[in-house]
Amino acid sequence: MKYTGAEILIKTLLDEGVDTIFGYPGGAVIDIYNALYDYQDQIKHIRPSHEQGGVHAADGYARSTGKTGVCIATSGPGATNMITGIATAYMDSIPLVCITGNVASHLIGKDAFQEIDIYGVTMSVTKHNFMVSDVAKLQDTVRKAFSIANSGRKSPVLIDVQKDVMQSMYEYEPKPSLPLAQLPQFEQSEIEKLAEYINNANKPIIYAGGGVNSSNAGKELRELMNKASIPAVNTIMTIGVLGELDQLNLGMVGMHGKNSSNFAIENSDLVIALGTRFSDRVALNTKHFAPDAKIIQVDIDASEMNKNVIVDYAVVGDVKEVLTALLPLIETKNRQAWLDNIAEFKKEDYQAPCCEEQIKPHQLISYVVNELGEDLIVVTDVGQHQMWSAQYCARTKPRTFLTSGGLGTMGFGFGAAIGAKVGNPDKPVVLFTGDGSFTMNMNELKTAVDSKIKTTTIILNNHTLGMVRQWQNLLYNKRFSQTDINHSFDYVKLAEAFGAKGYSCKTVNEFKAAFIDSQKQDGPVIIEVLIDQDELVLPMIPAGGTVEDIIME
Amino acid sequence: MKKMRVLSILVKNNAGTLTRVAGLFARRGYNIDTLTVSATKDHRFSKITLTAELDDIMLGQLMSQTAKLQEVVSIEELFDHNSVLREILLIKVAVTHECRSKLIEIANIYKGVVVDLSRESMIIELTGKPQKIDAFINVIDNFNIVNFCRTGVTAVQR
Ligand SMILES: Cc1ncc(C[n+]2csc(CCOP(=O)(O)OP(=O)(O)O)c2C)c(N)n1
Ligand SMILES: [Mg+2]
Repeated sequence: MKYTGAEILIKTLLDEGVDTIFGYPGGAVIDIYNALYDYQDQIKHIRPSHEQGGVHAADGYARSTGKTGVCIATSGPGATNMITGIATAYMDSIPLVCITGNVASHLIGKDAFQEIDIYGVTMSVTKHNFMVSDVAKLQDTVRKAFSIANSGRKSPVLIDVQKDVMQSMYEYEPKPSLPLAQLPQFEQSEIEKLAEYINNANKPIIYAGGGVNSSNAGKELRELMNKASIPAVNTIMTIGVLGELDQLNLGMVGMHGKNSSNFAIENSDLVIALGTRFSDRVALNTKHFAPDAKIIQVDIDASEMNKNVIVDYAVVGDVKEVLTALLPLIETKNRQAWLDNIAEFKKEDYQAPCCEEQIKPHQLISYVVNELGEDLIVVTDVGQHQMWSAQYCARTKPRTFLTSGGLGTMGFGFGAAIGAKVGNPDKPVVLFTGDGSFTMNMNELKTAVDSKIKTTTIILNNHTLGMVRQWQNLLYNKRFSQTDINHSFDYVKLAEAFGAKGYSCKTVNEFKAAFIDSQKQDGPVIIEVLIDQDELVLPMIPAGGTVEDIIME
Repeated sequence: MKKMRVLSILVKNNAGTLTRVAGLFARRGYNIDTLTVSATKDHRFSKITLTAELDDIMLGQLMSQTAKLQEVVSIEELFDHNSVLREILLIKVAVTHECRSKLIEIANIYKGVVVDLSRESMIIELTGKPQKIDAFINVIDNFNIVNFCRTGVTAVQR
């Protein structure tokens, strides 16, 4: 039987297991929406306030569920509004299939109304993209997009479909999903070599990145740590994979990482890098990163080898597969001297002070995560509040900490929280955001209210773009140029105007009362917490620095 | 240590493939010296041959980044000893009556061919390895070269 291209698109999505779409209608996708009308009972469609929020929502959905996020936007401005969202997912290797409509084929290249070459524009922020100008290729293209997005290193893929393709009729014979590309193959000899490095090391440290999360290698990683008594540090992308409860896990490494984590890298004789890219927020100074150590690396992406830091030995492969092959070759050891060293490093970890009259960021974050338990999904925006959240969120399960790590996108949070809640209706979702980030995409509060998505948004209001101010404070002679936000914004009224419930608080007791009440509400809630403007994220190693440069106050 | 590398990339013959490859080089900051694109026996694929000055680390990065593109089927480095590398030069030289025969003499030594001749100038065509073309241009440097064009390297493995 023949169907319109738009119906074929929807049918293929359904066949690929899609049950949730984040999209926004418009002229170039009106046929998709026309088709969707008949599938309302099979596909949940969430319409954001802005396409950027829609992509962040699809991204939050993907990060929290491990599924592919799907989003739709119309041609021209709808498509360009998606770009920051796509780039955010791209930098953190999140699988998305983004579908845009474009003008009809006879108008392509004519600067038609709302025509943008989104195919050209998104080439550098997608793993691959497609332009579909023939309805006969539509099903195959969609299936390829899902396969590419999830093969190897995951990533967004974009499909741009011309309007007349969606109106043309064609047969729909469902084909099977395409298999994922084969994972990179490695030799046993490579595994033996890795094992040799590890067995010979006295002071090894595991440096675990987002790849451990995407390959679901948490269990194998723990086995390696426990069998050979190897401590680990995690990046912001691995929060929850290694948890607070892992005795051997030191915690986050890098610019705002724990002293013990940074000291451990500094003093190690072997760094075991797993699924991580030695970003400039971790290997702050590539010349002095782990100065006395050999470095071995495992990554699914061959182009990560020797990209930022030159390593001594690298194996291209899926972290889980490599660790599984490696474990039997690893000698059981207790490495007591090294663990004693580490215990000493831990004594030098930063201890944040508490205050009852004006709540401190770590107090409120710790309180919330304690109240809501290990299933809580913590989402952040970007800035100081993001780093405090990373430091104190105490997640113990994978996919429970969602943050824009690679691109650092302010405005990511609200959309992502919506997506996380849609994907996990039974789990609590809390967004920690800042006054700057929140105002970037607060329009999505409307989405949460309209679609009855229960999220808790906690705004750490320091009346400033705190992270930038912190740099001005510490590194730019306190010249606070354009960072303070001296608005007299009433967040409670704002929440009410959107149809949500709002709270404002300052002391520990006020905060607790507001939080407890907020959890009794049905819809989304906003809690403004007034914090001190001069609060710093500590410790801090400035960009390009080493452990010698740690700032503690 | 940097040296001249020749890379041969087999790509799917789809719209936009060259943009993808060239775009990747531009955004990753790889400096490409020459790039040629050609059809292959199988019309579904094209061959991109490029040359660049790279050290081993840069070479590894360029190759692995390029290999990640969905349209790239394979990428390999070609060497003098296992491949035939050729480039064509067309060079226009302003000549006077006196120097014309001298230039022809040099061109002959390099097996160059005069493909256009007028009273004031001549155009010489020369095919060869890039090093040979470099050498020829170098040797006739003291003549009055008006302009020249090189095709960039194309190559086939032995
Ligand atoms: C879209 C975007 N614009 C600018 C920045 C640069 N930037 C990084 S953190 C930050 C301040 C964030 O302020 P706020 O959301 O209030 O968080 P705070 O640091 O105060 O906790 C800025 C402007 C960014 N990361 N993203
Ligand atoms: Mg702020």
